[in-house]
Amino acid sequence: MISQVFILSSKGDHLIYKDFRGEATTDAINVFYQMVTALPGDQPPVVMTREGLHFIHIRQGGLYCVATTTTNASPFTIIEFLNRLAALIKDYCGSLSEKSVRMNFALIYEMLDEMLDYGYIQTTSTDILKNFIQTEAVSSKPFSLFDLSNVGLFGAETQQSRVTPSASASRPIMSSRGDQVRKNEIFVDVVERLTVVIGANGVLMKVDIQGEIKVKCYLPTCSEMRIGLNEEFSVGKSQQRGYGAAVRVDECNFHQAVRLDEFDSYRILKICPSQGEQTVMQYQLCDDLPSAPPFQLFPTVERDKSDRLLIYLKLRCDLPPKSMSQELSSPDQRAELQPSSKAVHWEISRFPGGAQLSALFKLEVPGLSAASLLEVGPVSMSFELPKHTCTGLQIRFLRLTPVQPNPSPRWVRYVTHSDSYTIRI
Amino acid sequence: MPYLGSEETVKELKRALSNPNVQSDRLRYRNVILRVIRFMTQGLDMSPLFMEMVKAGASVDIVQKKLVYLYMCTYAKLKPDLTLLAINTLRKDCADPNPMVRGLALRNMCNLRMPGITEYIQQPVLTGLRDKASYVRRVAVLGCAKMRNLQPDAEIDGTVVNELYGLLRDPDPVVMVNCLRALEEILKAEGGVVINKPIAHHLLNRLKDLDAWGQSETLGFLLRYRPRDDTELFDILNLLDGHLQGGDSAVTAATLRLFLQLASGHPTVQADALVRARGPLLATCTASSRELRFTGLCHVQRVLRSLPAQFSPDYKKFFCSYSEPGYIKFRKMEILVELVNDDNVVLVLEELQAYCTDVSPELAQAAIFAVGRIGRTYSERGLAILTGLLGLRQEHITSAVVQTFRDLVWLCPQSTACVCQAIAGCEEIIQDSDGKQALIWLLGMHGDQISGAPYILEDYIDSLKTELSTLVKLELLTAMTRLFLSRPAETQDMLGRLLHFCIEEETDMCVRDRALFYHRLLRCGVEETRQVLGGPKSDPSLGLIAGRPEEPINNWAAHFNTLEPVSSSGSVVAGIGCDGAALPTLGGSDGTTHSAANCTLAVQEASEDLCSGLPEEATSFNLTLGPALTPEAFEKLWLELETFQTVSLPCSEPSSQPETLQAALQLVQIQALAFSRPGSVPWKAYLYAHGSETIILAELLCGPGSDEDRLLVTVKQEPRDEKVQRGFLSVLETVLQTLSSFLW
Repeated sequence: MISQVFILSSKGDHLIYKDFRGEATTDAINVFYQMVTALPGDQPPVVMTREGLHFIHIRQGGLYCVATTTTNASPFTIIEFLNRLAALIKDYCGSLSEKSVRMNFALIYEMLDEMLDYGYIQTTSTDILKNFIQTEAVSSKPFSLFDLSNVGLFGAETQQSRVTPSASASRPIMSSRGDQVRKNEIFVDVVERLTVVIGANGVLMKVDIQGEIKVKCYLPTCSEMRIGLNEEFSVGKSQQRGYGAAVRVDECNFHQAVRLDEFDSYRILKICPSQGEQTVMQYQLCDDLPSAPPFQLFPTVERDKSDRLLIYLKLRCDLPPKSMSQELSSPDQRAELQPSSKAVHWEISRFPGGAQLSALFKLEVPGLSAASLLEVGPVSMSFELPKHTCTGLQIRFLRLTPVQPNPSPRWVRYVTHSDSYTIRI
Repeated sequence: MPYLGSEETVKELKRALSNPNVQSDRLRYRNVILRVIRFMTQGLDMSPLFMEMVKAGASVDIVQKKLVYLYMCTYAKLKPDLTLLAINTLRKDCADPNPMVRGLALRNMCNLRMPGITEYIQQPVLTGLRDKASYVRRVAVLGCAKMRNLQPDAEIDGTVVNELYGLLRDPDPVVMVNCLRALEEILKAEGGVVINKPIAHHLLNRLKDLDAWGQSETLGFLLRYRPRDDTELFDILNLLDGHLQGGDSAVTAATLRLFLQLASGHPTVQADALVRARGPLLATCTASSRELRFTGLCHVQRVLRSLPAQFSPDYKKFFCSYSEPGYIKFRKMEILVELVNDDNVVLVLEELQAYCTDVSPELAQAAIFAVGRIGRTYSERGLAILTGLLGLRQEHITSAVVQTFRDLVWLCPQSTACVCQAIAGCEEIIQDSDGKQALIWLLGMHGDQISGAPYILEDYIDSLKTELSTLVKLELLTAMTRLFLSRPAETQDMLGRLLHFCIEEETDMCVRDRALFYHRLLRCGVEETRQVLGGPKSDPSLGLIAGRPEEPINNWAAHFNTLEPVSSSGSVVAGIGCDGAALPTLGGSDGTTHSAANCTLAVQEASEDLCSGLPEEATSFNLTLGPALTPEAFEKLWLELETFQTVSLPCSEPSSQPETLQAALQLVQIQALAFSRPGSVPWKAYLYAHGSETIILAELLCGPGSDEDRLLVTVKQEPRDEKVQRGFLSVLETVLQTLSSFLW
């Protein structure tokens, strides 16, 4: 059971504070902030304890979401709850940021009041909560149709870079009743996170894909949605590959509400989506990638006569040319040396499929020796590939039943993020 | 909280709240209230506005009501008299036709934590328990718990308890779970809610109706239930099987914990459950939420303690990502060390090698220590990587490598030659005291194989004045004296200088005393010094003790899915480092070195003999150290129980040190509580052990009443179990015989 819940900004401002059991004092917030800031490293341990009070926190959107408890509770439950709280704030307020929380604090208090009673989790389902929540969300950005033009670049969680979310999918699920018409949209996102390690000899050492299908639904009522996946989709290692390019994953699991009666024969998922965002399916694929990894790097590290370090990088994108039909003009690039992290940061804003880029970095390193060359590396890449999935998973169709009188816009989006794409030198 | 202009703000808000123009405009009124709440959240004292806020609560606007209730719950403690004014409004709301209003009012009325509120809320809560809306019933059920905690000294109301037990059959699943929670709090003094067979089966059957939160919590309550027999046990496990591999990590963890505890008597069932929960556990280790990933990793570490091979095929999942924060990387490295085997060692070492040059010095050092730990088993590969790293000539890397070398040499003597070659030149790079200590130790211990050893040490002696660390100085004294024994001609002069400096000029008492000690020792004669300082140069057996044996699952099952695995992580960095650093102190710098080392040697040999010599009968049961007994508890139990059996064993009083005997007994899971001094007459020892749910107490007696070479053993057991007791005696006999046959 949870004693208190509070949300702090990264600077330690109190944004939300709710005490459920009266076991600890308001002082707990300051105690927590002191502990968090006193710890070294980029992020302190998840669970901290002071005088019998356990602080469990997550960090999202630059905010600390903290729960305190006096009992030896399940860490999985509390962390999942905090994640769910963050997701709900995102659903109801459009985004999770200091600004949106500040603007919607009344709504968040209302939500917390319904979610927890006396520190016990009552419900976190959007469908139930929306009956009780009366406050209207204040959206920080007005919705504009022009934002739909860059539908591909929406903000799924990447660790390194936050890509600007397209405003279309980051607005509150319930807002003023006036403009219902354009709100009946459904977004189905296939998001894959790619973890790759390529050895110094170019051999693929590790590939790991974590994928999920997310549905973000703005329909007030939706009876049933049918999502059709590739027909040749198969699960598990044992199945024989056919002649076609079968889409295979190692493991997959589904949201509780998904009905799978047509999954085995037709690869159709049936779900009655509730408003807001939910993950319908999660899948993983290890080691056995159907195609080559999207980027290849050919590095050369040398020492020139005047003891400068020369790093020559040739980067090639192995995707089919049309897969990134962005403009083919010379991409504007930037590179800078970041002394704090001892890294060279090379930024490429667009990189069309099939293209190749080269760069030569000359570094003045005091006291450079032959051994120092061994210390160079690894190269780590972070990128986002729109309209591409590495497993090849596709959504064949998306049907809503019963057929809506005025058809609602349905968007299917694919994206691959690099969770960690490391190339050893 | 004093805040610039806070009094002004309060005054201004007070004026606005009592302004009739504002009150008549719904939106303006609400906005003022919103401002009050905002200031309240920031920590300003808004309690002077209580009166005005109570008035604002009597509104039809439900959003406004909610805000005012939030305000009232925060300040009710400070203004109990004014709160009473609001009670009437709240009680009226409790009878509202709209269930949402009823529930809201009831919930907040119970949240007003002030003395004397109970008499007002009792009636509405009891009515609420029978409300036809489930929303109100949920609130009312928890209201009972709140009421109870407001007056903890009052008697428990039997009717409420009965009613709550009855509501366990409520059609609404949340009401059911709330009942469990409320009963748990109300009956805290009596050990919480009682889960008997009908309730347990009812809960199991309802499990599928609950949401994930309810499921994991109910599974937690079921931990309390003990099935009558194996048939029931396996029925329950079959029922729960589906939840083990569900999508939700909290449910999986709760189910796994229940599995492990229910099947505590069936190790194979436990292992099987862990195998099947492997997929979901791995999924949490790769979840997109870092916090969840960390929690998953901590729990995987627990599983690895008992089933080291469990995750070996998935070792690639534990490779660190570039973007992960340090605390996850440290965990992953610890796991990689655990799950290394012949198949994956090459790739794991290659991966760890890549971390050794990480930008963060802490991470790089941890990676080096990890390579060293693997090197204890795969010494050639480990040494190749470590010697390669020395080429980088980086301060923190060299220091960590040398520390790792020290541990390796102590544990794997075959690596000595390679290490002795590699450490030349390191002294120029190492700056920190940990690294210096390790290097000095190596030079002293293996100076005969390192040609330049005396001269490196001489440099340290010359710079002794500027050395700050006491430990380095102590290490230097020992190393120098040791080296003097093997290479007297080269070192005599510098040893003299060192001792002179430490005795005459050193201000640290510890160093001075140590120097005096060596000085006197050397005056006794070289042979005497050699006896004290000699000792073995390595101890491979220690490595086997340090490499943990597989732990029984039951040792950690009770803490699975609690905060313990996650928060005991306090010093992750120290985890790998300390382990390495702690060992060599045994072989380190004090005079007792060789007896301590001998002890461990003896124990090790004894344990090897034991493992081979155990009779069949003894291996058919398990002794565990189990919960520790305090001496008081032992005494009480000893006096209470009657003697089960007294036997006379054909062995004499163990001539060994008490520590050795204790360590030997612990190897076979027998805990020694107290011993007489060695050689005293009569000699006594008290021991205990847990086994097959019984506890065995034993007294060993060797003294005037009996023959010199026989040991009288008195055994008491609770509850009695002939088989376990026989096993216990045979194990004990084997230990004692092995120890007494061992030559000291």
